[in-house]
Amino acid sequence: MASIRPMPGQVQSIARAAAILRLLASSSGRLGIGEIARSLDLPKGTAHGIVRTLQDVGFVEQDKTSGKYQLGAALLHLGTSYLDVNELRSRSINWADPLAARSGEAVRIGTLLDGKVLVVHHVFRPDDTLQTLDVGSLLPPHATALGKVLLAYDVGAANSVMQGEPEPYTRRTLVTARTLTRALTEIRDNGWGAEIEEMTLGEAGIAAPIRGYGGLVVGAIGLSGPVDRVCDGHGHPRPTLVAYVRDAARAVSRDLGAARW
Amino acid sequence: MTDSYVVSIDQGTTSTRCIVFDRRGNLVSVAQREHQQHFPRPGWVEHDALEIWRNVGKVVPRALAQAGVTADQIAAIGIANQRESTVVWDRRTGVPVAPAIIWQDTRTDALVETLARAPGAEDVRQRCGLPLATYFSGPKLRWLLDHSPGLYERAERGEVLFGTMESWLIWNLTGGPDGGLHLTDVTNASRTMLMDLRTLGWHPDSLAFFGIPAAMLPEIRSSSEVYGTATAVLPGVRIAAALGDQQAALFGQTCFAPGDAKCTYGTGSFLLLNTGAEPVHSRHGLLTTVGYQIGGEPAVYALEGSIAITGSLVQWFRDRLDLISTAPEIETLARTVEDNGGCYIVPAFSGLFAPHWRSEARGVIVGLTSYITKGHLARAVLEATGWQTREVVDAMNADSGLDLTALRVDGGMTANNLLMQFVADVLAVPVVRPMVAETVSLGAAYAAGLAVGYWPDLEGLRSNWHLAARWVPEMDDAVRAEERENWQRAVERTFGWIKPEARAANE
Ligand SMILES: Nc1ncnc2c1ncn2[C@@H]1O[C@H](COP(=O)(O)OP(=O)(O)OP(=O)(O)O)[C@@H](O)[C@H]1O
Ligand SMILES: [Mg+2]
Repeated sequence: MASIRPMPGQVQSIARAAAILRLLASSSGRLGIGEIARSLDLPKGTAHGIVRTLQDVGFVEQDKTSGKYQLGAALLHLGTSYLDVNELRSRSINWADPLAARSGEAVRIGTLLDGKVLVVHHVFRPDDTLQTLDVGSLLPPHATALGKVLLAYDVGAANSVMQGEPEPYTRRTLVTARTLTRALTEIRDNGWGAEIEEMTLGEAGIAAPIRGYGGLVVGAIGLSGPVDRVCDGHGHPRPTLVAYVRDAARAVSRDLGAARW
Repeated sequence: MTDSYVVSIDQGTTSTRCIVFDRRGNLVSVAQREHQQHFPRPGWVEHDALEIWRNVGKVVPRALAQAGVTADQIAAIGIANQRESTVVWDRRTGVPVAPAIIWQDTRTDALVETLARAPGAEDVRQRCGLPLATYFSGPKLRWLLDHSPGLYERAERGEVLFGTMESWLIWNLTGGPDGGLHLTDVTNASRTMLMDLRTLGWHPDSLAFFGIPAAMLPEIRSSSEVYGTATAVLPGVRIAAALGDQQAALFGQTCFAPGDAKCTYGTGSFLLLNTGAEPVHSRHGLLTTVGYQIGGEPAVYALEGSIAITGSLVQWFRDRLDLISTAPEIETLARTVEDNGGCYIVPAFSGLFAPHWRSEARGVIVGLTSYITKGHLARAVLEATGWQTREVVDAMNADSGLDLTALRVDGGMTANNLLMQFVADVLAVPVVRPMVAETVSLGAAYAAGLAVGYWPDLEGLRSNWHLAARWVPEMDDAVRAEERENWQRAVERTFGWIKPEARAANE
């Protein structure tokens, strides 16, 4: 096989990665680095670098005993959600707790499920009052900080929310495509989002995206509480709380392997 | 004043982690590294103590870097460790003479049976509060002395040292062959079978019973005092606490009053009840152990229900059966079905611990029919943890004459919502999780911080405890009774599996 030359405008390493995946898919057994490099006429070091990256993202797996490579399980599940929600909870529990402790507010982690926000994890407000665990419940995406943050990074979900008729919970709920679009743009610009009395009078929330490997948004973490505690005298989310939320989101993202966040 | 922090090292069965805590007991950063599990023969479990020591050297700097703090900002180090696991090393070279024998290891089962019939066995048992079982360090150490030529003589001459993981780490942290401190704390010492629970010292008769030379043993100290200053990994920082991981979790859950109890769900699961200044002897298969001792104060004792296999059953399901790729996925798989489909798994991989103490038992999966899917198996895996908890809670209630009104939980498995709900369901009491799930580390940090005055007193620590989650029972009483009976019938099927001659062959 001739070596893979990129067409103008192509990224060479992506073209090569695709060729490696095709090669692994078409071969009956596992392949070693030498075999891959020879088949594609690549220097061994180059082939190794690409395979290692493919392995990191789960598209390629290495057999422990032979050291040879095959297609990874993640490729087979490309269409389904790539981070198991229970895993997201396990991996974020250490960071959700200190967020609740520092902020004094209840913390939730959510992901999108069929156009709604699925509460994946919930930490009580640390005042030892009676509260009910609402893991597994569904929240409206357009009227919660978690939901708006998730929509900001999921164009498809955002469009279908806007095409449906978003329910006006309060006077401040964003229900038009125009106001929602503007809010989502702002969230992307800022890297975090808030909701102030958009679902319940007297309540507000702040959330930030959780990113997984490669930077893909896999969830959102946020706090919520009485508007006079979450917001300052001008009705803006308190900067210290915003910083706590963003720190927690970054810490979870780092643990999930999102290098730059 | 610049901020200062307390660092904990949690040397666990599967991994070693370092956590930096701030003054409010909040986790600031965490770094973790797994080590290899070696299973050279059925029933044998070993670790490489040098690998573990190297991992400490990796995770501690990583945790500090992540927190952005330097060694001069660390007020103290506290250590929590997997208990009972036994290391013997050369005092001159610092090299272990054999792989560490891990607490789950059952190679001593024949030895233990022989010892149980030997004169003086009952005295040893009374003195240490533990049944003769493969679980504890004493038999493991005796096995090493029996099976390594010349080791006994070297031990008598003080050329080799014995320790559980905290001793091994403290010795290495404080210089190793160059003046390393050889000591242990009361909680770890209480797991050897060699310590007198009342005097908190090694007992000559117990040492004679197991045939262990006193020269190889570490000095027993309290759980919370400045033992010395580190010269490696965190040079200049005071080492100010050591506790067995389960006792550390009791401390981290601020179970400071008699009657306070917690259960930690990790590789195994361990329910501990603070019984105050008096050791209470169990009549229902629980252990008597030291909970903690702060400096020169009297020791606080605990009753313990030890369950050998809980999280490790999930790991087995993941690594040996390959049915899931991560531990949390067990919940996803279990939720694909409504119930266990009539299937029960009793994970007596190392025999059964509390309250049965049957070393000859081995695991079973019962109720298999062609209806059973991997989803049902996943449920059965999680339910095994629930029912095993129920067994030790029943024993605890029977021993204390009081009924537990809520269970405080912590550990990695508390991230499993389905499991925590099931535990509440089978116990018929609420299950509550505190704000810090890494309670083992928190407890070690608390004990170290107390010793150096970073935290003033127990009362201050108690006010740090906040409720993070609460699961309330939802199961129908009739269902609970029916399922409980099925579980008990499944447990009976594990008994007597290993035949006596097979055990003798191990010797
Ligand atoms: N979401 C989950 N559901 C079920 N089991 C889980 C989940 N997350 C972790 N576990 C199990 O919990 C264990 C890890 O918990 P934890 O980190 O508290 O234990 P550990 O401290 O590593 O144990 P040890 O101290 O003995 O090494 C593993 O055995 C793992 O299989
Ligand atoms: Mg542990």
